[in-house]
Amino acid sequence: MLYDVLIIGGGIVGCAIARELTRYRLRVALCEKEREVGFGTTKANSGIIHGGHHAAPGTLKGRLEWAGNQRWDRLAAELGFGFRRVGELTVARSAAEFPTLDKLLHHATVKRIPGVERWEAERIRREEPALSPTVLAAVYAPTTGVVNPYEACYGLAESAVRNGLDLLTGFPVERLHQEDGLWVVLTPTVVLQARFVINAAGIDADRVAASALAGNFDIRPRKGEEYLLDKRLQGLVKRVIFPCPTAVSKGILVIPTFDGTIMVGPTAEEAGDRTDLTTSTPGARAVFDAVRDLVPGISEKDVIAQFAGLRAVATGEDFIIGPTSRRGFINAAGIQSPGLTAAPAIAELVVDVLRDEGLTLVERDDFMPALPRPVHFAALSTMEQIALSLRDPRYRRIVCRCEYVTEGEVLDAIARGAATLDGIKFRTRAGMGRCQGGFCTVRCMELLARSRGMDMASVTKRGRGSWLVYERNGGTLRSSDSAPEDEQERMGGEA
Amino acid sequence: MITAAPRHLRASYDVVIVGGGPAGLEAAVAARDNGAAHVLVVDRDQEAGGILLQCIHSGFGLHRFGEELTGPEYAQRVVASTLEHDIDVIADAYVLDIDERRRVKLMTTQAGVSLVEARAVVLAMGARERTRAAIRIPGTRPAGIFTAGLAQRLVNLYGLLPGRRAVILGSGDIGLIMARRLTLEGIEVAGVFEIMPYANGLNRNIVQCLHDFDIPLHLSTTVVEIRGQNRVEGVTVAPLDETLQPRLDRAWDIPCDTLLVSIGLIPENELSQQMRLRFDSATRGPVVSSAMECSRDGIFACGNVVHIHDLVDFVSAEAMVAGRSAGQYVAGTLPRPDNVQLQPGANVAYCVPHTISTEREHTVYLRARKPLDACTLQLTEPDGTPVYARKLRYVFPAEMVNLKLRPAILQNFHGSILRVNIVERATEGE
Repeated sequence: MLYDVLIIGGGIVGCAIARELTRYRLRVALCEKEREVGFGTTKANSGIIHGGHHAAPGTLKGRLEWAGNQRWDRLAAELGFGFRRVGELTVARSAAEFPTLDKLLHHATVKRIPGVERWEAERIRREEPALSPTVLAAVYAPTTGVVNPYEACYGLAESAVRNGLDLLTGFPVERLHQEDGLWVVLTPTVVLQARFVINAAGIDADRVAASALAGNFDIRPRKGEEYLLDKRLQGLVKRVIFPCPTAVSKGILVIPTFDGTIMVGPTAEEAGDRTDLTTSTPGARAVFDAVRDLVPGISEKDVIAQFAGLRAVATGEDFIIGPTSRRGFINAAGIQSPGLTAAPAIAELVVDVLRDEGLTLVERDDFMPALPRPVHFAALSTMEQIALSLRDPRYRRIVCRCEYVTEGEVLDAIARGAATLDGIKFRTRAGMGRCQGGFCTVRCMELLARSRGMDMASVTKRGRGSWLVYERNGGTLRSSDSAPEDEQERMGGEA
Repeated sequence: MITAAPRHLRASYDVVIVGGGPAGLEAAVAARDNGAAHVLVVDRDQEAGGILLQCIHSGFGLHRFGEELTGPEYAQRVVASTLEHDIDVIADAYVLDIDERRRVKLMTTQAGVSLVEARAVVLAMGARERTRAAIRIPGTRPAGIFTAGLAQRLVNLYGLLPGRRAVILGSGDIGLIMARRLTLEGIEVAGVFEIMPYANGLNRNIVQCLHDFDIPLHLSTTVVEIRGQNRVEGVTVAPLDETLQPRLDRAWDIPCDTLLVSIGLIPENELSQQMRLRFDSATRGPVVSSAMECSRDGIFACGNVVHIHDLVDFVSAEAMVAGRSAGQYVAGTLPRPDNVQLQPGANVAYCVPHTISTEREHTVYLRARKPLDACTLQLTEPDGTPVYARKLRYVFPAEMVNLKLRPAILQNFHGSILRVNIVERATEGE
């Protein structure tokens, strides 16, 4: 199989690049090692579309943060995922932090970001009464938004597949080399060939680059723990609350997520290894100690879920985007914060790089930018719910009691690519509420098994040996030694 | 068996009952017997009967029926009684909301979303299980972590086994029952770990589920880390010091592929919260009168949605009161409102109902905070003046205490606040 472009990595960056490339007459493939796209760093992202004023104007990050920020309204409208510009406050709790506020205001001026302004204590008290009285001043940015990062990733991937992307999930790239001017990419089951390879492999980007003999950077994964709080606290803060940032991170934030649930985190510490997704007692303590100083009404008792993600921090801390010493091998690496925000701009930059490197780009006249909007039953009015349920019997059963997710939404998620319990959860919120799947797990397993024609014992939490149950009578017990073919899927490639 | 009823639903009912477990079904019968002509029970599962249907062990019904039944047998008796009472039961259905005018927004597989009028409502949604996140166990997030009730459902209703070697965290009754159940299915149970210095389940379950099967119970010990990337590969457990902090120097690793979490139940009050009922932060259920009426007129509640019971028999008793009251409310025969307020005092976590009447006889359900031997259950005025006292051999947080009160005791306390205390025998000055 010969492709014009092969993307390695199906996180938000790889998927944004894939979708951008399907605007042109090209054969494009994307290889993702996990069972579904977005299962790496993306799913653990804080979900903030940064205001544009955090990263310094002179850096690549700084340029792409603001450029990316401005793409999200249109992207959300086209792909039908939730996005809301809730605004943010970066707060100072001592006069020593005022220079940091000044720096942010200066960034905003240089980058011409509208509406960024300094708020004094009185205004802060009025707008965000839950904030600690120790907050003295803040920089307000109306441009900051919140999004469900995995929804954005699924939307990009689905749109790309509809426009002809060959999406391979469960295909880890083992090595790659150049042969007669073409890149030969080896996975455990197939060999792929491409004229150009885009390295969007996240925390493994340094290894992929090294395998291509283009390695000149290291990725040092920096772990972030996040804690999701009970719906009870909905509305406690209206905007994303930042402390003044430090050299290694933007600090511990209070985030009103798109769904209204409050999330706190992330921590920032060097990860033990590339699989270290553990949450820890010190991590929880660090998060809640910091959060109590920002919003005293939040406590550990309100946690309904906890998780960790790894930021792909590259040598030099900036993004590494562009051609390499090996012709046709292009990096989109070191994408740490504000990577989600910048992703649409990164994708456009990568297209420019490909053009510069000699790829002929002819725009297609049949590119379909829009996706059908998924139904969000709980958000419909009663009259709309009645009409929909009369029309379509799949909307006559509640699967998830905490988030009121219907059978129709779960079936739709499966039809659009959900292949695992986590895939259903991220697309529909089934299992994400306060009971954390206590009730809906079995129903989701049944729907997945039925729709995909497999037995219950074959259903996994997130692919790769994350088996859930085995059958009592003679059923085979699946485990991590199951064949790679069982965990693979190819979608698209027809358009 | 009652599954999704094919019958036509009425546009309005005297009483709509949310939940078709033992509480809801028992309340339905009582409502019918006390003046409600048209009663609808809505159950979200494929068939009515509630969690009892997955509780295939015996031990139910000693109080209610005077014999020992399995969960499905107990459920069957209640279901049969419902059928004899000409009550509409609709399964595989869901109550999405109830507005101020008691219009019930209902989702059924036959008609989709529709609105049904109710003159009175009984909330009987039961409970859900606390999860791993509620106690923030550090570590990875692999597959293989189940609440005990989910594991019970998988094993008993689907014939699916959750793993090969399990650790059980928490000594709640469901965890104890599942320790035995998994053992009988050939799954090795490495141990049950309880953070408190005493077990959280009923004593008979400790004996019959753990001792009889040589399953070790480790008190004052908890899981401090979960390991495994994709599937659980093991857990680390550690004993606790007096301040409930884990002694990591004495921690040990247990290889296992499954962790069952049995750390308690929480009343399932999504709907009641939407309805903005008044809540008791101790029970995490609605505040109720002696008629089991909530803070909104014509809304009643019973069973685990009000407070967590340890025996279904007491759920039934409470449901009979709620159902009777709903029937009386519709018929206009509800007795006069309560005139005494009850407050939990020394070593009492909560008491239900929250108010009682000097004119009637009551059963008050309460839970102790700490275990005590040879103690006294007393009712006092807020200044400590004794009103009533009864000796107890012991109290235990896992065992609900019933306090029967007769009008004769209460007659002088019209309009008062009375406090319920459990005190050591020595301190009462005998």
